[in-house]
Amino acid sequence: MSAEMNEPIEDVEAFRLRARAWIGENMGPPQRGDLVRYYPDDAEELAAVTRDRGLQRRLYDGGFAGICFPRAYGGLGLTPAHQRAFNEELAGREFPSRLTVPTFTPCAAVLLDFGTEEQKLRHIPAILRGDEIWCQLLSEPGGGSDVAGATTSAVQDGDHWVINGSKVWTSGAWWGDYALCLARTNWHVSKHQGLTVFIVKLHQPGLEIGRIERLDGSTESCQEFLTDVRVPDSDRVGDVNEGWVVGTRWMFHERVGHNSPLVTMAAGAFRGGSGEPYVVRIAREGGQLDDPRTRDLIGEARTLDLVGRHLLRRLALGVPSGKLSEHSPAVGRLFGGIAAVRQSTIAFEIAGGAAGTWAEDDGATADVGMRFLMRQAACMGGGTTEISRNVIAERMLGMPREPSMDRNVAFRDVPRGPRQTATTEA
Amino acid sequence: MLLVLSPDQDLFRDTTVRLLADRAPLSRLRQLQTDPAGYEPGYWTAGAELGWTSLLVSEADGGGNLSGDGLVDLSIVAYEFGRHAAPGPLVDTSVVASALSRHDGEALKAALGEILSGAAAACCMGVTPWQPNRPATIDIRRDGDQLVINGTARPVESAGQAQYLLVTGNAAEGPTQVLTPKAAPGITIRPLKSLDVTRRFAEVVFQDVRVPATAFVGAYGGAADEVARQAQVAAVLLAAESVGAMEAAFAMTVQWAFDRYSFGRPLASYQALKHRFADMKSWLEASHAISDAAAAAVSANAADAAELVSAAKAYIGEYGVELAQDCVQLHGGIGVTAEHDLHFFLRRITLDRTLYGTPGDHRQRLADMAVGREKAA
Repeated sequence: MSAEMNEPIEDVEAFRLRARAWIGENMGPPQRGDLVRYYPDDAEELAAVTRDRGLQRRLYDGGFAGICFPRAYGGLGLTPAHQRAFNEELAGREFPSRLTVPTFTPCAAVLLDFGTEEQKLRHIPAILRGDEIWCQLLSEPGGGSDVAGATTSAVQDGDHWVINGSKVWTSGAWWGDYALCLARTNWHVSKHQGLTVFIVKLHQPGLEIGRIERLDGSTESCQEFLTDVRVPDSDRVGDVNEGWVVGTRWMFHERVGHNSPLVTMAAGAFRGGSGEPYVVRIAREGGQLDDPRTRDLIGEARTLDLVGRHLLRRLALGVPSGKLSEHSPAVGRLFGGIAAVRQSTIAFEIAGGAAGTWAEDDGATADVGMRFLMRQAACMGGGTTEISRNVIAERMLGMPREPSMDRNVAFRDVPRGPRQTATTEA
Repeated sequence: MLLVLSPDQDLFRDTTVRLLADRAPLSRLRQLQTDPAGYEPGYWTAGAELGWTSLLVSEADGGGNLSGDGLVDLSIVAYEFGRHAAPGPLVDTSVVASALSRHDGEALKAALGEILSGAAAACCMGVTPWQPNRPATIDIRRDGDQLVINGTARPVESAGQAQYLLVTGNAAEGPTQVLTPKAAPGITIRPLKSLDVTRRFAEVVFQDVRVPATAFVGAYGGAADEVARQAQVAAVLLAAESVGAMEAAFAMTVQWAFDRYSFGRPLASYQALKHRFADMKSWLEASHAISDAAAAAVSANAADAAELVSAAKAYIGEYGVELAQDCVQLHGGIGVTAEHDLHFFLRRITLDRTLYGTPGDHRQRLADMAVGREKAA
């Protein structure tokens, strides 16, 4: 494969035409649940996961998987412009929506950044073939935004590590294959200095996966309990106690999210596809299309859509080129959260009296109320908007940092709340 | 503003900034607050020599741009105008120049030549594409070889300084545009008061103003598309200008947060205030993004140009004003005085919001497009 390194890169427009022809032949229309990402029925959800794996395999066999992944690991070695062209051509089509985030980014992205050659060769081609779905064992019950305060511990035992602790908010862990896991390997140094990242197989002895029911009835989110889970040292990502170096990039890739050049997805998919905007469908169903107040709300929702899309483009261009601060993805995260909250409210407002009760066959209006109940999730997942605001003010604008009790203190001595004992580990 | 400037654009931006700093610093603008033009004689001609008026004009007509996307180049000037609260008829003169460059006719090209060398021009929009249901306020009819203009346009920027007026009115057959010297008999200019102390606006009244048929810009009754395009160009420039003013107000306020101490701490150390700065920063970056996207789309005549222009005007109109008012609040009492420079930018942003369609107008346009009753371009 390396012999191809000096080949000229295919012209984007030529690639686009080739992609268009292939997509037309091979990728069908999206199906219900592709974007909702959860079925109330587990069997249906598992079938959807299998279908997504198959779609990824189809991309791989068609020669369109891993457009921006190096050829050495089964990718195409092309540019973000090629990926964007492919995503645009994929608009309105099915795609493996359960594999975008977190499998391709941040997980595969972190492997590309920090994985050993052996790790990359073992996992990246498997990911591109749809054989491996990855999750993030990151947040813990004891701390959401304070990710570096992880208390899941990993203790070395010969050429293995023994992991104990609990992780939470892991989307799709019950049907995933592997995870990146952030664990504490040294309690005697300060918070950021005693962490290490591991690759953990999700289904193995000692790793118990529970399901969490959210307000909309979904049980896609999981909590994991790790009891003496043994991981070979060859599954360590990055150096021992250098987990926060990995973690910082991990967070970066997570914030970039679906806008990452590593992600294949139909353009516009999370804005309700290429069809009529969600709020317009709701207004149409409620007979409100001619109401001037409703039209003002539709206009506002469209404004936020368009502005958000171009903000992400600006960030995707500005951060790698160094024109914008490396912390700028926090701006996209903040905007995205606030805009999504407002859009949930707009949809709820347009639906009016129809938003609180529904029948299954009510169309787009049926899930307006549930989406509204879950509204604030948009300001939490991937780091809260409050943390984004801190990052923007402190890292981008250079304002003084908030006082904290965990800096320059051995982690075992950091206060962890009235119900936590100060030191639980050796 | 654009993240990545070409070397030519960078140089052009530099020379523009130098001219603005030299000929129109805020200290000078304070002195010129009651001046009829709001700028020194020679200032606008110097800008024209630099290329401010040429960017939307074809090379055949004596213009020329830097990047192939003249409107994108010009949006850099507009952004710096906002950042410096600069005076001068940038928006309307640019719109008129681009319109004249797209149309043939000896009289029109002669006027264009004058505009390129520094004559000001103003748009009298008696038809408002951003409010499609509003009745036209100017009527244009044929009378033999002549056209007769009646009606009123307001607000018209720099009508007092302009040598030429591009008049948009309704004829029996539809929207029509004519170019007339301001000196034509029957034109009355009445200055209006405005929120912005650095720009000048007026009401222009046409009373049986007669111009020769050679003054047509486009076809009689067939100017709808041209007028829509002109409104887009104006909106793009106003958006870029507002983003520049937002940037200036924000930078000033961030600095203030570091310099001002209360209870023994800088304002920048209070989390409640830090979070407000973070929100403002997100509005600012979002405004940059949509402003640039709209400029590129209109310049390229892209299919989504109309949508992006309306999104830019709706978003920047709303959040620009919020940002400016938040900057006032964070300054405290000094923020509502004329002593501080902040008000120049508050005024610029606030007035820009009202020109060529308010956020409400543009949200209606976006809804029209989303509902599919109109094509997106």
